[in-house]
Amino acid sequence: MNQTNEAFSIRKVIAASSVGTLIEWYDFYIFGSLATVIASQFFPKENPTAALLSTLATFAAGFVVRPFGALVFGRLGDLIGRKYTFLLTLIIMGGSTFAIGLVPGYAQIGFFAPVIILILRLLQGLALGGEYGGAATYVAEHSPAEKRGYLTSWIQTTATLGLFLSLGIILITRHGLDEDLTRSISKFNDWGWRIPFLFSVILVAISVYIRLKMKESPLFARIKSEGKISKNPLKESFSHRSNLKMVLLALFGATMGQGVVWYTSQFYVMTFMESTCKLDFDQTRTIIIWAILFATPFFVLFGKWSDRVGRKWIMMAGLLLAIVTYRPLFGKLISITDTQAKTEIAEKKQIKNSFQILDNSNDTLHTKTTTQFFTDGTSLTETKTDTLYSTPGKVTLKPEIKTSKVLDTGNYWKIIGIVFIMIFYVTMVYGPIAAFLVELFPTKIRYTSMSLPYHIGNGIFGGLTPFIATLLSTIYTGDKLVGLYYTIIVAGICFLIGTLYITNKIDKDVSD
Amino acid sequence: MDSIKKAAGIIWILLGPLSIYYLVKTAAGEIAKKPVIDTRIQWIVFVVIFIPIAIGIMIFGYYALKGEYKHLPKNSAEIED
Repeated sequence: MNQTNEAFSIRKVIAASSVGTLIEWYDFYIFGSLATVIASQFFPKENPTAALLSTLATFAAGFVVRPFGALVFGRLGDLIGRKYTFLLTLIIMGGSTFAIGLVPGYAQIGFFAPVIILILRLLQGLALGGEYGGAATYVAEHSPAEKRGYLTSWIQTTATLGLFLSLGIILITRHGLDEDLTRSISKFNDWGWRIPFLFSVILVAISVYIRLKMKESPLFARIKSEGKISKNPLKESFSHRSNLKMVLLALFGATMGQGVVWYTSQFYVMTFMESTCKLDFDQTRTIIIWAILFATPFFVLFGKWSDRVGRKWIMMAGLLLAIVTYRPLFGKLISITDTQAKTEIAEKKQIKNSFQILDNSNDTLHTKTTTQFFTDGTSLTETKTDTLYSTPGKVTLKPEIKTSKVLDTGNYWKIIGIVFIMIFYVTMVYGPIAAFLVELFPTKIRYTSMSLPYHIGNGIFGGLTPFIATLLSTIYTGDKLVGLYYTIIVAGICFLIGTLYITNKIDKDVSD
Repeated sequence: MDSIKKAAGIIWILLGPLSIYYLVKTAAGEIAKKPVIDTRIQWIVFVVIFIPIAIGIMIFGYYALKGEYKHLPKNSAEIED
Protein backbone atom coordinates (compact mmCIF):
# COMPACT_ATOMS: atom_id res chain seq x y z
CA MET A 1 0.00 0.00 0.00
CA ASN A 2 2.81 2.33 0.95
CA GLN A 3 4.57 1.64 -2.32
CA THR A 4 1.38 2.32 -4.27
CA ASN A 5 0.95 5.65 -2.49
CA GLU A 6 4.56 6.53 -3.15
CA ALA A 7 4.22 5.71 -6.85
CA PHE A 8 1.04 7.78 -7.10
CA SER A 9 2.68 10.65 -5.27
CA ILE A 10 5.75 10.68 -7.55
CA ARG A 11 3.49 10.55 -10.63
CA LYS A 12 1.67 13.61 -9.29
CA VAL A 13 5.00 15.39 -8.74
CA ILE A 14 6.11 14.61 -12.29
CA ALA A 15 2.76 15.62 -13.79
CA ALA A 16 2.61 18.91 -11.89
CA SER A 17 6.18 19.82 -12.79
CA SER A 18 6.15 18.61 -16.39
CA VAL A 19 2.84 20.15 -17.43
CA GLY A 20 3.89 23.56 -16.09
CA THR A 21 7.29 23.39 -17.74
CA LEU A 22 5.74 22.24 -21.02
CA ILE A 23 3.38 25.23 -20.94
CA GLU A 24 6.28 27.58 -20.29
CA TRP A 25 8.14 26.23 -23.33
CA TYR A 26 4.94 26.48 -25.38
CA ASP A 27 4.55 30.13 -24.34
CA PHE A 28 8.16 30.89 -25.16
CA TYR A 29 8.12 29.21 -28.59
CA ILE A 30 4.89 30.68 -29.95
CA PHE A 31 6.52 34.10 -29.90
CA GLY A 32 9.50 32.73 -31.86
CA SER A 33 7.33 30.76 -34.27
CA LEU A 34 5.16 33.81 -34.96
CA ALA A 35 8.04 36.30 -35.11
CA THR A 36 7.22 37.39 -38.68
CA VAL A 37 3.54 38.02 -37.95
CA ILE A 38 4.36 39.80 -34.69
CA ALA A 39 6.94 41.96 -36.47
CA SER A 40 4.35 43.08 -39.01
CA GLN A 41 1.85 43.94 -36.23
CA PHE A 42 4.16 45.62 -33.74
CA PHE A 43 7.48 46.46 -35.37
CA PRO A 44 6.93 48.18 -38.74
CA LYS A 45 10.12 48.20 -40.79
CA GLU A 46 9.63 51.79 -41.91
CA ASN A 47 10.01 52.96 -38.30
CA PRO A 48 13.67 52.55 -37.29
CA THR A 49 12.98 52.68 -33.54
CA ALA A 50 10.38 49.95 -33.81
CA ALA A 51 12.79 47.89 -35.91
CA LEU A 52 15.44 48.39 -33.22
CA LEU A 53 13.01 47.17 -30.55
CA SER A 54 12.23 44.17 -32.74
CA THR A 55 15.88 43.16 -32.86
CA LEU A 56 16.16 43.68 -29.11
CA ALA A 57 13.04 41.60 -28.50
CA THR A 58 14.49 38.77 -30.55
CA PHE A 59 17.96 38.80 -29.07
CA ALA A 60 17.74 40.18 -25.55
CA ALA A 61 14.69 38.26 -24.38
CA GLY A 62 15.55 34.89 -25.82
CA PHE A 63 19.19 34.76 -25.01
CA VAL A 64 20.58 37.39 -22.69
CA VAL A 65 17.70 37.48 -20.25
CA ARG A 66 17.41 33.74 -19.65
CA PRO A 67 20.64 33.43 -17.63
CA PHE A 68 19.53 36.46 -15.59
CA GLY A 69 16.24 34.70 -14.91
CA ALA A 70 18.28 31.69 -13.82
CA LEU A 71 20.16 33.84 -11.30
CA VAL A 72 17.12 35.73 -10.00
CA PHE A 73 14.79 32.75 -9.61
CA GLY A 74 17.56 30.28 -8.79
CA ARG A 75 18.51 32.43 -5.82
CA LEU A 76 14.87 32.72 -4.81
CA GLY A 77 14.40 28.95 -5.12
CA ASP A 78 17.37 28.29 -2.85
CA LEU A 79 16.13 30.86 -0.31
CA ILE A 80 12.34 30.42 -0.13
CA GLY A 81 11.86 27.05 -1.78
CA ARG A 82 11.33 25.32 -5.09
CA LYS A 83 7.53 25.15 -5.03
CA TYR A 84 6.73 28.86 -4.73
CA THR A 85 9.50 29.89 -7.08
CA PHE A 86 8.46 27.75 -10.00
CA LEU A 87 4.86 28.68 -9.31
CA LEU A 88 5.88 32.32 -9.65
CA THR A 89 7.76 31.71 -12.93
CA LEU A 90 4.69 29.97 -14.34
CA ILE A 91 2.42 32.89 -13.41
CA ILE A 92 4.84 35.44 -14.89
CA MET A 93 5.20 33.43 -18.10
CA GLY A 94 1.46 32.79 -18.44
CA GLY A 95 0.54 36.39 -17.64
CA SER A 96 3.04 37.78 -20.16
CA THR A 97 1.91 35.39 -22.90
CA PHE A 98 -1.76 36.17 -22.35
CA ALA A 99 -0.98 39.91 -22.33
CA ILE A 100 0.88 39.65 -25.67
CA GLY A 101 -2.35 38.30 -27.15
CA LEU A 102 -4.20 41.41 -25.93
CA VAL A 103 -1.80 44.23 -26.84
CA PRO A 104 -3.21 46.48 -29.61
CA GLY A 105 -1.01 46.76 -32.69
CA TYR A 106 1.29 49.59 -33.79
CA ALA A 107 -1.50 50.92 -36.01
CA GLN A 108 -3.73 51.46 -32.94
CA ILE A 109 -1.42 52.69 -30.16
CA GLY A 110 1.76 53.55 -32.04
CA PHE A 111 5.10 53.42 -30.29
CA PHE A 112 3.64 51.96 -27.06
CA ALA A 113 2.89 48.69 -28.85
CA PRO A 114 6.50 47.59 -29.53
CA VAL A 115 7.64 48.86 -26.10
CA ILE A 116 4.97 46.80 -24.30
CA ILE A 117 5.77 43.74 -26.42
CA LEU A 118 9.49 44.09 -25.65
CA ILE A 119 8.79 44.28 -21.90
CA LEU A 120 6.50 41.25 -22.03
CA ARG A 121 9.05 39.28 -24.03
CA LEU A 122 11.73 40.17 -21.46
CA LEU A 123 9.44 38.86 -18.72
CA GLN A 124 8.96 35.63 -20.69
CA GLY A 125 12.73 35.18 -20.96
CA LEU A 126 13.20 35.85 -17.23
CA ALA A 127 10.46 33.39 -16.27
CA LEU A 128 11.84 30.66 -18.51
CA GLY A 129 15.26 31.18 -16.93
CA GLY A 130 13.79 30.31 -13.56
CA GLU A 131 11.44 27.51 -14.52
CA TYR A 132 13.56 24.61 -15.70
CA GLY A 133 15.97 24.51 -12.76
CA GLY A 134 13.05 24.54 -10.36
CA ALA A 135 11.14 21.76 -12.09
CA ALA A 136 14.18 19.51 -12.55
CA THR A 137 15.32 20.06 -8.96
CA TYR A 138 11.83 19.50 -7.58
CA VAL A 139 11.40 16.18 -9.40
CA ALA A 140 14.94 15.00 -8.65
CA GLU A 141 14.57 15.78 -4.96
CA HIS A 142 11.47 13.60 -4.84
CA SER A 143 13.05 10.73 -6.78
CA PRO A 144 14.67 7.61 -5.39
CA ALA A 145 18.35 7.40 -6.43
CA GLU A 146 17.89 4.39 -8.71
CA LYS A 147 15.14 6.14 -10.71
CA ARG A 148 16.43 9.70 -10.82
CA GLY A 149 17.40 9.65 -14.50
CA TYR A 150 14.11 8.04 -15.49
CA LEU A 151 11.89 10.36 -13.45
CA THR A 152 13.66 13.59 -14.40
CA SER A 153 13.60 12.56 -18.07
CA TRP A 154 9.87 13.43 -18.09
CA ILE A 155 10.90 17.03 -17.47
CA GLN A 156 13.33 16.65 -20.38
CA THR A 157 10.50 15.82 -22.78
CA THR A 158 8.78 19.14 -22.07
CA ALA A 159 10.97 21.47 -24.14
CA THR A 160 10.47 19.35 -27.25
CA LEU A 161 6.78 18.78 -26.53
CA GLY A 162 6.35 22.52 -25.93
CA LEU A 163 7.70 23.11 -29.43
CA PHE A 164 5.41 20.34 -30.73
CA LEU A 165 2.38 21.93 -29.07
CA SER A 166 3.20 25.43 -30.30
CA LEU A 167 3.67 24.26 -33.91
CA GLY A 168 0.48 22.19 -33.73
CA ILE A 169 -1.69 24.97 -32.30
CA ILE A 170 -0.31 27.47 -34.80
CA LEU A 171 -0.97 25.15 -37.75
CA ILE A 172 -4.51 24.32 -36.57
CA THR A 173 -5.34 27.99 -36.02
CA ARG A 174 -3.76 29.04 -39.33
CA HIS A 175 -5.87 26.50 -41.21
CA GLY A 176 -9.06 26.71 -39.18
CA LEU A 177 -10.22 30.32 -39.48
CA ASP A 178 -11.89 29.96 -42.87
CA GLU A 179 -12.80 27.18 -45.28
CA ASP A 180 -10.64 28.83 -47.93
CA LEU A 181 -6.96 28.40 -46.97
CA THR A 182 -5.79 31.73 -48.42
CA ARG A 183 -8.49 33.61 -46.53
CA SER A 184 -7.75 31.61 -43.39
CA ILE A 185 -4.05 32.52 -43.52
CA SER A 186 -4.95 36.15 -44.16
CA LYS A 187 -7.27 36.17 -41.10
CA PHE A 188 -4.57 34.45 -39.06
CA ASN A 189 -2.00 37.11 -39.99
CA ASP A 190 -4.52 39.82 -39.19
CA TRP A 191 -5.95 38.74 -35.82
CA GLY A 192 -5.89 34.92 -35.56
CA TRP A 193 -2.25 34.87 -34.37
CA ARG A 194 -3.56 36.11 -31.00
CA ILE A 195 -5.42 32.83 -30.38
CA PRO A 196 -2.35 30.70 -29.50
CA PHE A 197 -1.30 33.40 -26.99
CA LEU A 198 -4.74 33.68 -25.41
CA PHE A 199 -5.14 29.88 -25.36
CA SER A 200 -2.15 29.74 -23.04
CA VAL A 201 -4.15 31.20 -20.15
CA ILE A 202 -6.29 28.05 -19.91
CA LEU A 203 -3.22 25.82 -19.78
CA VAL A 204 -1.54 28.05 -17.21
CA ALA A 205 -4.62 28.22 -14.98
CA ILE A 206 -4.83 24.41 -14.87
CA SER A 207 -1.13 24.10 -14.17
CA VAL A 208 -1.14 26.75 -11.42
CA TYR A 209 -4.06 24.94 -9.77
CA ILE A 210 -2.16 21.64 -9.81
CA ARG A 211 1.07 23.18 -8.58
CA LEU A 212 -0.68 24.98 -5.72
CA LYS A 213 -1.68 21.60 -4.37
CA MET A 214 1.89 20.30 -4.34
CA LYS A 215 4.13 20.21 -1.28
CA GLU A 216 7.64 21.62 -0.98
CA SER A 217 10.55 19.40 -2.04
CA PRO A 218 11.32 17.08 0.92
CA LEU A 219 15.07 17.72 0.75
CA PHE A 220 14.65 21.48 0.73
CA ALA A 221 12.02 21.31 3.50
CA ARG A 222 14.45 19.29 5.60
CA ILE A 223 17.43 21.62 5.24
CA LYS A 224 15.11 24.56 5.89
CA SER A 225 13.82 23.02 9.12
CA GLU A 226 17.41 22.32 10.15
CA GLY A 227 18.35 25.96 9.43
CA LYS A 228 20.86 24.88 6.81
CA ILE A 229 19.64 26.83 3.79
CA SER A 230 22.14 29.06 2.08
CA LYS A 231 22.29 32.69 3.23
CA ASN A 232 23.67 33.86 -0.10
CA PRO A 233 23.24 31.27 -2.89
CA LEU A 234 24.84 33.46 -5.57
CA LYS A 235 27.98 33.97 -3.51
CA GLU A 236 28.18 30.30 -2.56
CA SER A 237 27.57 29.17 -6.13
CA PHE A 238 30.02 31.39 -7.93
CA SER A 239 32.63 32.63 -5.49
CA HIS A 240 33.53 29.32 -3.87
CA ARG A 241 36.18 27.81 -6.08
CA SER A 242 35.06 24.21 -5.52
CA ASN A 243 31.51 25.01 -6.69
CA LEU A 244 32.50 27.45 -9.43
CA LYS A 245 34.69 24.79 -11.02
CA MET A 246 31.65 22.49 -11.17
CA VAL A 247 29.50 25.25 -12.70
CA LEU A 248 32.17 25.75 -15.37
CA LEU A 249 32.44 22.01 -15.93
CA ALA A 250 28.66 21.70 -16.30
CA LEU A 251 28.67 24.51 -18.87
CA PHE A 252 31.70 23.59 -20.97
CA GLY A 253 31.48 19.82 -20.55
CA ALA A 254 27.75 19.29 -20.99
CA THR A 255 25.21 22.08 -21.45
CA MET A 256 26.88 24.09 -24.23
CA GLY A 257 27.12 21.01 -26.46
CA GLN A 258 23.63 19.90 -25.53
CA GLY A 259 22.31 23.40 -26.31
CA VAL A 260 23.74 23.55 -29.84
CA VAL A 261 22.59 20.01 -30.67
CA TRP A 262 19.10 20.76 -29.34
CA TYR A 263 18.71 23.95 -31.39
CA THR A 264 20.35 22.57 -34.53
CA SER A 265 18.16 19.47 -34.61
CA GLN A 266 14.88 21.24 -33.90
CA PHE A 267 15.21 24.90 -34.88
CA TYR A 268 18.06 25.41 -37.32
CA VAL A 269 16.84 22.43 -39.32
CA MET A 270 13.47 24.17 -39.68
CA THR A 271 15.12 27.40 -40.92
CA PHE A 272 17.37 25.33 -43.18
CA MET A 273 14.48 23.41 -44.76
CA GLU A 274 12.52 26.61 -45.34
CA SER A 275 15.27 29.02 -46.42
CA THR A 276 17.91 26.81 -48.03
CA CYS A 277 15.82 23.90 -49.31
CA LYS A 278 12.84 26.19 -50.04
CA LEU A 279 10.43 23.68 -48.58
CA ASP A 280 6.79 24.63 -48.07
CA PHE A 281 5.87 26.31 -44.71
CA ASP A 282 3.30 23.68 -43.70
CA GLN A 283 5.40 20.68 -44.77
CA THR A 284 8.37 22.01 -42.81
CA ARG A 285 6.26 22.26 -39.65
CA THR A 286 4.57 18.87 -40.05
CA ILE A 287 7.96 17.20 -40.66
CA ILE A 288 9.17 18.55 -37.32
CA ILE A 289 5.91 17.53 -35.63
CA TRP A 290 6.15 13.90 -36.86
CA ALA A 291 9.84 13.63 -36.04
CA ILE A 292 9.23 14.95 -32.52
CA LEU A 293 6.36 12.54 -32.03
CA PHE A 294 8.50 9.52 -32.95
CA ALA A 295 11.61 10.67 -31.06
CA THR A 296 10.08 11.88 -27.78
CA PRO A 297 9.86 8.42 -26.08
CA PHE A 298 13.64 8.18 -26.36
CA PHE A 299 14.08 11.00 -23.82
CA VAL A 300 12.55 8.69 -21.23
CA LEU A 301 14.39 5.66 -22.54
CA PHE A 302 17.81 7.31 -22.31
CA GLY A 303 16.93 8.85 -18.95
CA LYS A 304 16.06 5.39 -17.65
CA TRP A 305 19.10 3.78 -19.20
CA SER A 306 21.33 6.42 -17.58
CA ASP A 307 20.23 5.09 -14.18
CA ARG A 308 21.96 1.82 -15.10
CA VAL A 309 25.01 2.86 -17.11
CA GLY A 310 25.62 6.44 -15.91
CA ARG A 311 24.84 9.77 -17.56
CA LYS A 312 28.16 10.70 -19.11
CA TRP A 313 28.63 8.27 -21.97
CA ILE A 314 25.06 8.53 -23.26
CA MET A 315 25.43 12.32 -23.48
CA MET A 316 28.90 12.10 -25.02
CA ALA A 317 27.75 9.51 -27.58
CA GLY A 318 24.90 11.82 -28.62
CA LEU A 319 27.36 14.69 -29.06
CA LEU A 320 29.79 12.57 -31.07
CA LEU A 321 27.07 11.23 -33.39
CA ALA A 322 25.85 14.76 -34.02
CA ILE A 323 29.35 16.06 -34.73
CA VAL A 324 30.13 13.25 -37.20
CA THR A 325 26.80 13.04 -39.03
CA TYR A 326 25.31 16.55 -39.15
CA ARG A 327 26.96 17.48 -42.45
CA PRO A 328 25.89 14.32 -44.32
CA LEU A 329 22.36 14.54 -42.87
CA PHE A 330 21.89 18.19 -43.84
CA GLY A 331 23.51 17.40 -47.21
CA LYS A 332 20.86 14.74 -47.72
CA LEU A 333 18.13 17.33 -47.06
CA ILE A 334 19.57 19.41 -49.90
CA SER A 335 19.80 16.49 -52.32
CA ILE A 336 16.26 15.22 -51.61
CA THR A 337 14.73 18.65 -52.19
CA ASP A 338 16.92 19.58 -55.18
CA THR A 339 14.56 19.97 -58.15
CA GLN A 340 17.50 20.33 -60.58
CA ALA A 341 18.06 16.60 -60.18
CA LYS A 342 14.38 15.77 -60.78
CA THR A 343 12.60 15.25 -64.11
CA GLU A 344 9.98 17.85 -64.89
CA ILE A 345 6.66 16.98 -66.55
CA ALA A 346 6.81 19.93 -68.95
CA GLU A 347 3.22 19.66 -70.18
CA LYS A 348 1.86 20.10 -66.65
CA LYS A 349 3.60 23.43 -66.09
CA GLN A 350 1.16 26.16 -65.01
CA ILE A 351 1.61 29.92 -65.29
CA LYS A 352 -0.88 32.32 -63.76
CA ASN A 353 -0.78 36.11 -63.93
CA SER A 354 -2.82 38.42 -61.75
CA PHE A 355 -3.01 42.21 -61.73
CA GLN A 356 -4.19 44.49 -58.96
CA ILE A 357 -4.42 48.27 -59.22
CA LEU A 358 -2.74 49.83 -56.21
CA ASP A 359 -4.69 52.25 -54.01
CA ASN A 360 -4.20 55.98 -54.65
CA SER A 361 -2.11 55.49 -57.80
CA ASN A 362 -2.26 54.28 -61.37
CA ASP A 363 0.41 51.65 -60.68
CA THR A 364 -0.42 47.95 -60.88
CA LEU A 365 0.82 45.06 -58.77
CA HIS A 366 1.69 42.13 -61.02
CA THR A 367 1.90 38.64 -59.54
CA LYS A 368 3.16 35.80 -61.73
CA THR A 369 2.83 32.30 -60.28
CA THR A 370 4.67 29.49 -62.04
CA THR A 371 4.14 25.91 -60.87
CA GLN A 372 6.30 23.05 -62.14
CA PHE A 373 5.53 19.39 -61.54
CA PHE A 374 8.07 16.58 -61.40
CA THR A 375 7.82 12.87 -62.11
CA ASP A 376 8.34 11.90 -58.44
CA GLY A 377 5.32 13.99 -57.38
CA THR A 378 7.20 17.03 -56.15
CA SER A 379 5.94 20.47 -57.17
CA LEU A 380 7.77 23.79 -57.24
CA THR A 381 5.91 27.10 -57.11
CA GLU A 382 7.62 30.40 -57.85
CA THR A 383 5.71 33.58 -57.07
CA LYS A 384 7.16 36.73 -58.59
CA THR A 385 5.68 40.07 -57.52
CA ASP A 386 6.57 43.40 -59.09
CA THR A 387 4.98 46.78 -59.68
CA LEU A 388 4.04 47.97 -63.15
CA TYR A 389 4.47 51.73 -62.93
CA SER A 390 2.30 54.11 -64.90
CA THR A 391 5.33 56.43 -65.28
CA PRO A 392 7.05 55.52 -68.58
CA GLY A 393 10.50 53.96 -68.15
CA LYS A 394 10.12 53.29 -64.39
CA VAL A 395 10.57 49.61 -63.49
CA THR A 396 10.87 47.58 -60.28
CA LEU A 397 14.58 47.17 -59.63
CA LYS A 398 14.27 43.90 -57.76
CA PRO A 399 10.98 42.01 -58.03
CA GLU A 400 10.10 39.92 -54.98
CA ILE A 401 10.47 36.21 -55.73
CA LYS A 402 9.23 33.48 -53.38
CA THR A 403 9.92 29.82 -54.03
CA SER A 404 8.16 26.96 -52.31
CA LYS A 405 8.48 23.21 -52.86
CA VAL A 406 5.93 20.60 -51.89
CA LEU A 407 7.42 17.13 -51.67
CA ASP A 408 5.85 13.84 -52.70
CA THR A 409 4.93 11.40 -49.92
CA GLY A 410 8.05 9.21 -50.28
CA ASN A 411 10.55 12.06 -50.01
CA TYR A 412 8.46 13.72 -47.31
CA TRP A 413 8.83 10.61 -45.11
CA LYS A 414 12.53 10.32 -45.95
CA ILE A 415 13.00 13.84 -44.55
CA ILE A 416 10.96 12.98 -41.47
CA GLY A 417 13.38 10.05 -41.01
CA ILE A 418 16.41 12.36 -41.25
CA VAL A 419 14.98 14.89 -38.80
CA PHE A 420 14.01 12.02 -36.50
CA ILE A 421 17.68 10.93 -36.41
CA MET A 422 18.70 14.47 -35.49
CA ILE A 423 16.12 14.65 -32.69
CA PHE A 424 17.23 11.20 -31.56
CA TYR A 425 20.65 12.78 -30.86
CA VAL A 426 18.84 15.43 -28.82
CA THR A 427 17.22 12.73 -26.71
CA MET A 428 20.66 11.25 -26.00
CA VAL A 429 22.29 14.48 -24.87
CA TYR A 430 19.22 15.97 -23.21
CA GLY A 431 17.46 12.95 -21.66
CA PRO A 432 19.95 12.31 -18.83
CA ILE A 433 21.18 15.89 -18.32
CA ALA A 434 18.73 16.96 -15.58
CA ALA A 435 19.82 14.07 -13.35
CA PHE A 436 23.45 14.82 -14.20
CA LEU A 437 23.12 18.50 -13.22
CA VAL A 438 21.17 17.78 -10.05
CA GLU A 439 23.82 15.31 -8.88
CA LEU A 440 26.59 17.83 -9.50
CA PHE A 441 25.47 20.39 -6.90
CA PRO A 442 24.47 20.40 -3.22
CA THR A 443 20.83 20.91 -2.15
CA LYS A 444 21.23 24.34 -0.59
CA ILE A 445 22.52 25.99 -3.79
CA ARG A 446 21.29 23.46 -6.37
CA TYR A 447 18.63 25.64 -8.02
CA THR A 448 21.06 28.54 -8.57
CA SER A 449 24.06 26.44 -9.51
CA MET A 450 22.38 24.26 -12.11
CA SER A 451 20.17 26.96 -13.63
CA LEU A 452 22.97 29.25 -14.78
CA PRO A 453 25.05 26.77 -16.81
CA TYR A 454 21.84 25.29 -18.21
CA HIS A 455 20.59 28.63 -19.50
CA ILE A 456 23.97 29.81 -20.78
CA GLY A 457 24.30 26.49 -22.60
CA ASN A 458 20.77 26.47 -23.95
CA GLY A 459 19.86 30.15 -24.13
CA ILE A 460 23.13 31.56 -25.41
CA PHE A 461 25.06 28.75 -27.14
CA GLY A 462 21.88 26.96 -28.23
CA GLY A 463 19.49 29.85 -28.78
CA LEU A 464 21.97 31.71 -30.96
CA THR A 465 22.57 28.67 -33.18
CA PRO A 466 20.03 29.55 -35.92
CA PHE A 467 21.30 33.15 -36.05
CA ILE A 468 25.00 32.31 -36.08
CA ALA A 469 24.55 29.46 -38.56
CA THR A 470 22.52 31.71 -40.88
CA LEU A 471 25.06 34.52 -40.47
CA LEU A 472 27.91 32.17 -41.38
CA SER A 473 26.10 31.14 -44.53
CA THR A 474 25.74 34.80 -45.54
CA ILE A 475 29.44 35.46 -44.91
CA TYR A 476 30.78 32.29 -46.58
CA THR A 477 28.32 31.84 -49.41
CA GLY A 478 30.15 29.01 -51.22
CA ASP A 479 29.09 26.24 -48.84
CA LYS A 480 25.41 25.78 -47.96
CA LEU A 481 26.41 23.69 -44.93
CA VAL A 482 28.91 26.20 -43.53
CA GLY A 483 26.46 27.20 -40.75
CA LEU A 484 26.90 23.77 -39.19
CA TYR A 485 30.53 24.51 -38.31
CA TYR A 486 29.34 26.58 -35.35
CA THR A 487 27.48 23.58 -33.93
CA ILE A 488 30.26 21.13 -34.80
CA ILE A 489 32.99 23.26 -33.18
CA VAL A 490 31.01 24.02 -30.00
CA ALA A 491 29.82 20.41 -29.66
CA GLY A 492 33.37 19.20 -30.42
CA ILE A 493 34.94 21.29 -27.64
CA CYS A 494 32.18 20.18 -25.27
CA PHE A 495 32.74 16.53 -26.20
CA LEU A 496 36.48 16.79 -25.46
CA ILE A 497 35.93 18.56 -22.13
CA GLY A 498 33.09 16.24 -21.12
CA THR A 499 35.04 13.12 -22.00
CA LEU A 500 38.16 14.26 -20.16
CA TYR A 501 36.76 15.80 -17.00
CA ILE A 502 33.24 14.54 -16.29
CA THR A 503 32.84 11.44 -14.17
CA ASN A 504 30.38 8.69 -15.09
CA LYS A 505 29.67 7.93 -11.46
CA ILE A 506 26.04 8.36 -10.37
CA ASP A 507 25.77 10.30 -7.12
CA LYS A 508 23.31 8.20 -5.12
CA ASP A 509 22.90 10.72 -2.33
CA VAL A 510 21.72 14.16 -3.41
CA SER A 511 20.44 15.10 0.03
CA ASP A 512 23.72 16.75 1.09
CA MET B 1 44.90 10.72 -17.34
CA ASP B 2 45.49 13.44 -14.75
CA SER B 3 48.47 14.78 -16.66
CA ILE B 4 46.39 14.95 -19.88
CA LYS B 5 43.65 16.83 -17.97
CA LYS B 6 46.25 19.30 -16.70
CA ALA B 7 47.99 19.74 -20.04
CA ALA B 8 44.67 20.29 -21.86
CA GLY B 9 44.15 23.22 -19.48
CA ILE B 10 46.61 25.20 -21.63
CA ILE B 11 44.38 24.66 -24.69
CA TRP B 12 41.30 25.94 -22.82
CA ILE B 13 43.23 28.96 -21.55
CA LEU B 14 44.35 29.82 -25.10
CA LEU B 15 40.88 29.26 -26.49
CA GLY B 16 39.59 32.30 -24.56
CA PRO B 17 41.71 35.06 -26.16
CA LEU B 18 41.60 33.29 -29.53
CA SER B 19 37.81 33.32 -29.61
CA ILE B 20 37.66 36.93 -28.38
CA TYR B 21 40.06 37.98 -31.15
CA TYR B 22 38.07 36.13 -33.84
CA LEU B 23 34.76 37.46 -32.53
CA VAL B 24 35.84 41.12 -32.35
CA LYS B 25 37.58 40.92 -35.74
CA THR B 26 34.52 39.40 -37.44
CA ALA B 27 32.16 41.84 -35.68
CA ALA B 28 34.20 44.87 -36.79
CA GLY B 29 34.38 43.55 -40.37
CA GLU B 30 30.67 42.81 -40.61
CA ILE B 31 29.60 46.14 -39.08
CA ALA B 32 31.91 47.99 -41.49
CA LYS B 33 30.46 45.99 -44.40
CA LYS B 34 26.84 46.74 -43.46
CA PRO B 35 26.65 49.62 -40.96
CA VAL B 36 22.92 49.39 -40.18
CA ILE B 37 21.32 49.22 -36.76
CA ASP B 38 20.40 45.52 -37.01
CA THR B 39 23.96 44.46 -37.83
CA ARG B 40 25.37 46.64 -35.04
CA ILE B 41 22.98 45.28 -32.41
CA GLN B 42 23.49 41.66 -33.46
CA TRP B 43 27.26 41.86 -33.30
CA ILE B 44 27.37 44.00 -30.15
CA VAL B 45 25.13 41.41 -28.45
CA PHE B 46 27.42 38.60 -29.65
CA VAL B 47 30.56 40.37 -28.40
CA VAL B 48 29.07 41.44 -25.06
CA ILE B 49 27.73 38.00 -24.16
CA PHE B 50 30.54 35.85 -25.51
CA ILE B 51 33.44 37.76 -23.91
CA PRO B 52 32.45 36.74 -20.34
CA ILE B 53 32.02 33.16 -21.59
CA ALA B 54 35.50 33.27 -23.16
CA ILE B 55 36.85 34.48 -19.81
CA GLY B 56 34.96 31.59 -18.21
CA ILE B 57 36.73 29.03 -20.36
CA MET B 58 40.08 30.62 -19.45
CA ILE B 59 39.21 30.21 -15.75
CA PHE B 60 38.16 26.62 -16.48
CA GLY B 61 41.51 26.05 -18.22
CA TYR B 62 43.37 27.58 -15.27
CA TYR B 63 41.58 25.25 -12.84
CA ALA B 64 42.33 22.30 -15.12
CA LEU B 65 45.99 23.28 -15.30
CA LYS B 66 46.14 23.53 -11.51
CA GLY B 67 44.76 19.99 -11.23
CA GLU B 68 41.46 21.06 -9.67
CA TYR B 69 39.55 18.44 -11.67
CA LYS B 70 41.63 15.60 -10.32
CA HIS B 71 39.11 15.43 -7.53
CA LEU B 72 35.45 16.42 -7.87
CA PRO B 73 33.54 17.39 -4.68
CA LYS B 74 31.43 14.59 -3.27
CA ASN B 75 29.35 16.51 -0.73
CA SER B 76 28.38 19.99 0.42
CA ALA B 77 31.09 20.15 3.04
CA GLU B 78 33.67 20.31 0.26
CA ILE B 79 32.36 23.60 -1.08
CA GLU B 80 32.76 25.39 2.25
CA ASP B 81 36.27 26.62 1.37
